[in-house]
This record gives sequence, structure tokens and C-alpha cells, in this order.
Amino acid sequence: MIETKNITKIYKTGDIEFEALKGVSFKIEDGEYVAIMGPSGSGKSTLMHILGALDTPTSGLYFLDGRDVSTFSEDELADIRREKIGFVFQAFNLLKRATVLRNVMLPLIYEGISPEKREERARRSLEAAGLEASHFDHLSNQLSGGQIQRVAIARALVNDPSLILADEPTGNLDTVTGEKVLETFRKLNEEKGRTIILITHESDVAEHADRIIVIRDGRIVSDKNNKH
Amino acid sequence: MKISDIFEETYSALLSNKGRSGLTILGIVIGISSVIAMLSIGQGAQSSIQSSVESIGSNMISVMPGVQCGAGTFISGGRGSAKSLTLDDAEAIASELSGISNVSPEISGRYQVTAKGSNTNTQIIGVVQDYASVHNVTISEGIFITQQDNASGNKVAVLGPSVVEDLFGEDATDIVGQTIRINQMNFKIIGITQSKGGTGFGSADDMIFIPLATAQRHFSGDKYLTGISVSASSNEVMDQVQQDITDLLLERHNKTTDTADFNVINQADIAATAGSIAQVFTILLGSVAGISLIVGGIGIMNMMLTNVTERTKEIGLRKAIGAKSSDISKQFLVESVSLTFLGGIIGIIIGWLVAFGLSYFGLIETKVALSSVLLAFGVSAAIGIVFGYYPAKRAAKLNPIDALRFE
Ligand SMILES: Nc1ncnc2c1ncn2[C@@H]1O[C@H](COP(=O)(O)OP(=O)(O)OP(=O)(O)O)[C@@H](O)[C@H]1O
Ligand SMILES: [Mg+2]
Repeated sequence: MIETKNITKIYKTGDIEFEALKGVSFKIEDGEYVAIMGPSGSGKSTLMHILGALDTPTSGLYFLDGRDVSTFSEDELADIRREKIGFVFQAFNLLKRATVLRNVMLPLIYEGISPEKREERARRSLEAAGLEASHFDHLSNQLSGGQIQRVAIARALVNDPSLILADEPTGNLDTVTGEKVLETFRKLNEEKGRTIILITHESDVAEHADRIIVIRDGRIVSDKNNKH
Repeated sequence: MKISDIFEETYSALLSNKGRSGLTILGIVIGISSVIAMLSIGQGAQSSIQSSVESIGSNMISVMPGVQCGAGTFISGGRGSAKSLTLDDAEAIASELSGISNVSPEISGRYQVTAKGSNTNTQIIGVVQDYASVHNVTISEGIFITQQDNASGNKVAVLGPSVVEDLFGEDATDIVGQTIRINQMNFKIIGITQSKGGTGFGSADDMIFIPLATAQRHFSGDKYLTGISVSASSNEVMDQVQQDITDLLLERHNKTTDTADFNVINQADIAATAGSIAQVFTILLGSVAGISLIVGGIGIMNMMLTNVTERTKEIGLRKAIGAKSSDISKQFLVESVSLTFLGGIIGIIIGWLVAFGLSYFGLIETKVALSSVLLAFGVSAAIGIVFGYYPAKRAAKLNPIDALRFE
């Protein structure tokens, strides 16, 4: 369960302060499938980073499974990122000079999974994300934008996380591949009860979710259930 | 994270950044090898000066013609320039003074020497039998100049090993009994001395000894000596003997301290002078080595710092997918240790090869001391590890998003 209470985020660049989030409060139960929509610069990624325990809010509280995240130790945060959360970055953030397989196996290395199991799970995850097996041994900087996106998704799913945070996961994909990824999310949500939060610009994509939160200028402007 | 995985991560991180890893190693190699080579030259010079001093002879006092200078000043006797010492002086020292074990009157000069077509220019010293004990000369083949040779003025010669090599080649045998020509006169070789080490001008190995009487008769043509070497019976009486010789000769030559026409130098003075030269040399090379260590260290520091800065993004990514700060610190520690060890070992090998090459090709004597290897390696490793580890540890403390945004 996720709960935010009046979260704000202020970026400081020199003397200039910019308030990217201006008091965001909501609650997402386990097993929900939520889409966050909003125009560019509205603060979606900023919010997502906070939800992923990658960044800290300037003020306000964030509860993860009922516990205030600001009270977590460094190592506890690492444990949560590794075991509980799968994060798909808008900017992908792969290790450029490593192969696709190594990139996807990386979270498992920190979990202490044996090399054979790591590779097996990485392959399965890549297949689920729709990447052709012939690309598994390529370096990640030798892939197309859409292929990189699928590697980033595979890496987020490889740990079988209970909370999946995906920042524009289909932005670089054609409709068919995009549908396949969204189907994977749907299956994870329906069959395994994973919580899914995805950010998107496109209302078609948002339509796949059960609930749509719209933010603008750092504030939630609408939060509705979605019947589809 | 498992230890085997840390090593695997390190290995693939270093391999995927071949260029940067190579440059880092190169920096370490240069730092370490230059320090080792530099210090080996200093150490080599020191030990060669030391062995030269030891080969002069024990408890030896030299009397040379020339002008008296302050004690401890090293004067080149001005061979043949001042004619003031005679065989009578030598005999007076031997007979009138106590605390003396041997007296060796000497005449030296450089002459052309030929044998079987090869020729060389070397130092010819007219000596008496006691020369050998005063100067610690030992014979490896044949015999040294005898009293009989001096009494009859025989044309016989004892050769130093370097002279033998110059005249007869490296592998020559049966030298004793052959004839050489010194200054157009035939001399029969009766012995070869044992090598005393030391190289270059004035080396004890690069000399030919002939009877003093022969040298006086055929070379100098007068009664004057170019030097008298005296060995004192013990180290304790050295100063006393030096004073006694001075007094005796002043009296015999009718001079005062201010007008003395000779110098008396004891081995301690020579050793002290040589020692202070060696010390200056060592300080000089030590500071050059110190500077290379600093320069090398800054190079290593630079590479390590750039490395970590460039990889802050990677650190952020690793944290974002669940790496603990300690996992990241460990990986960077293993990386910098591997780099410094690899660079260190290559650097030691190259430094040693350079030192070995310098000696091998006869450019300068070198000696690689364990302490300089440890110093070079220790300092470079410490710098490499500190500047590889601490910035990474600091970067690992950033929150993942800040590290990911780092450019
Ligand atoms: N590190 C930063 N320093 C300063 N300002 C920032 C920083 N990151 C984001 N911002 C600002 O905060 C605002 C929100 O950024 P954010 O990345 O959350 O937008 P977004 O909704 O994800 O946009 P997009 O749809 O284009 O990805 C933007 O105006 C951006 O300029
Ligand atoms: Mg964004």
C-alpha cells in the first residue's frame, strides 16, 4: 500500500527555486493498476522518483506499507528498491558498455542469486518484455530506442517486484509492441496481484489502467476510476 | 552480494573501460618504475663509492708531494708536479716512527703499454713488496713484486685484471710468463692481481706494478717519489701516526707547517669526503625520486578521481536497482586494488629492467633495494586505493536520482 500526504518537491538551481510538486496526496492499495497522466513538466517523473524511494520529498510524508519512508535506513531503502520495486526509467538508464543480459541480471547480482538462475530469469524477463533472443548478447548502446525500452522493462520485472513503477514505458514502442508490454503489465496485475503505476501522455495507454490520476503544475487535478 | 560477484563485476567493469583502465595502469607503472630506477642509481652509486673506499686499504695514510691544505680536503697530488718526497723519507718513516706496520714508497705515471699488437694507456706504479699489504692487493696468479726484483732492478710486471683484459682479451690464459712492452721496454709478466671491483679512472684493477728501482731508473730518472703509503698498526693510532709523519717530514725538509711541501692524508679523511659525496648524491637522487613519486601519485590520483566522477551515473543506477552503498564501495575498492596491484607489478618489473639495463650496458652501476620497491609500491598503492575508494564511497552516499543526474 502506498500513501502520500501533502508531498512537495522544490528543486534549487543556484538562487532559483522551482516547486515541481505542490502538495500531492493520494492512496494506492495493493493490486491496483493506476495510470498517471499530465502534460510535460507537470511533475510526473518527480513524483514517480519519490514513490520509487529514489528521491526524497522536500516536505510531506510518504508511507510504504504503512511505514514512513523517511525513517528507513540507507540499507533498508536499498532492500526495498531491490526486492519490492521495479522501476522503468523514462531515460532507461542502462549500463552502456554492458550486454543486454548483464543489464537485466544486475538487480539479481545484488540479491545474491546464483549465476545460472540469474541468466535463466533474465532471459525469461526479456522474452516477456518482447525482445528477440538474438539481441540478448548485444551491447546496450547498440540497440534501437524501442529495444532499449524493452530491456529497461525486462530489468524492472526480473526481480518479480510487487510494485511496478513505469515512466512512459511505451513511449518509444510501436502500437503492436506497446500493446504486448501493456498486456504483460495487465497479466502481472490480474494473475499475480502486482501493483502497477504507469506514467503516460497517451489516453489510449491510460485506458488500460483501472484508475487514472491527472496532474498539472504539480497538483492532482483529477483522480477517477476507469471502466474499460 | 557475493564475493565472487564483486570480483566478476570488477572484472567486467575494468574490461568494458579498457582505455581508462589502461591509462590508470600506465600512470601507476610510470610512477613506480621511475622511482625504482632512480633509487637504484643512487643506491648503486653509494655502494660503488663504498667499495672504492674499502679497496684503498685499511688504516692507510698517504703522503703526497704538494701544498698542505686544510684537513679533510681532498687534493689531487699533482703527480710529478712537486718533487719533494724521496726514498730516504720513506725509510726514515719506517725506521724512526712507531705504530707503523708497513711503508710503501711509490712512483706512478701513465704510459703506453703494448702486447701482441694490442695497446692501452694505463697507470704504471713502481712499488716495493710492501705495497701489497698496505693496499690490500692480493695475487690471483703468479707472484707480486719481490725484494729481489727491487734489488736487481728487474724488468718484471704484475698486471691488474682490467689491464689483462685490455691487452689479452677476456678469455686469455697463461698470461704469466709472457712479455709486454711498457714505454718501448720489454717487461716479463710475473703475476696478476685479484680484482678489487670499482670501475673507471683510478680503479685499482687498471694498474701495472713494476719494481720501484726499475721505475726510477727507466721512467722517472730521479730519486723522487710520487707518494708514500703508510699502514698504521691499528685504527686507534692513525691520528698519532699522521701527526708523527708530518712532524718528521717537516723536520727532514726543514719546513714549517705553513711552507710544507707535502700532504699527509689518512684514509678516514678520504672515506669522510667520499661519504659526503655519496650522501649528496643520494639526497639528490632521493629528491628526484621523491618528485617522481609525487608526480606519479598525482597522476594516479587524477585517473582515479576522473574515473569515479565519470562513473557517478553508474553508481546512481546501481543504487537505483537495489545496490547497497557498501556493495558499491566494495566494488570500487576491489577495482582500485586490482588496478594498483597490476600497475604496481608491471611497474616493479619495468623499473627493475631499466636498472638492470643501465648496469648491463655499463652506463652506470645500479642496485635495486627492496626498500625502494616497497616505498614506490606502498605510496602508489596507498594513493591509488585512497583516491579510488573514497570518492566512490562518497558518491555511493548520494541519493540515486542525484547520482543519475550527475554529468
Ligand atoms: N533536477 C532538477 N532541477 C531543477 N528542476 C527540475 C529538475 N528535475 C525536474 N525539474 C523541473 O521540475 C518540473 C517537473 O519535471 P518532471 O521531470 O517531473 O516532469 P514530467 O511531468 O515528468 O515531464 P515529462 O512528461 O516531460 O517527462 C519541470 O518543470 C522540470 O523543469
Ligand atoms: Mg517525465
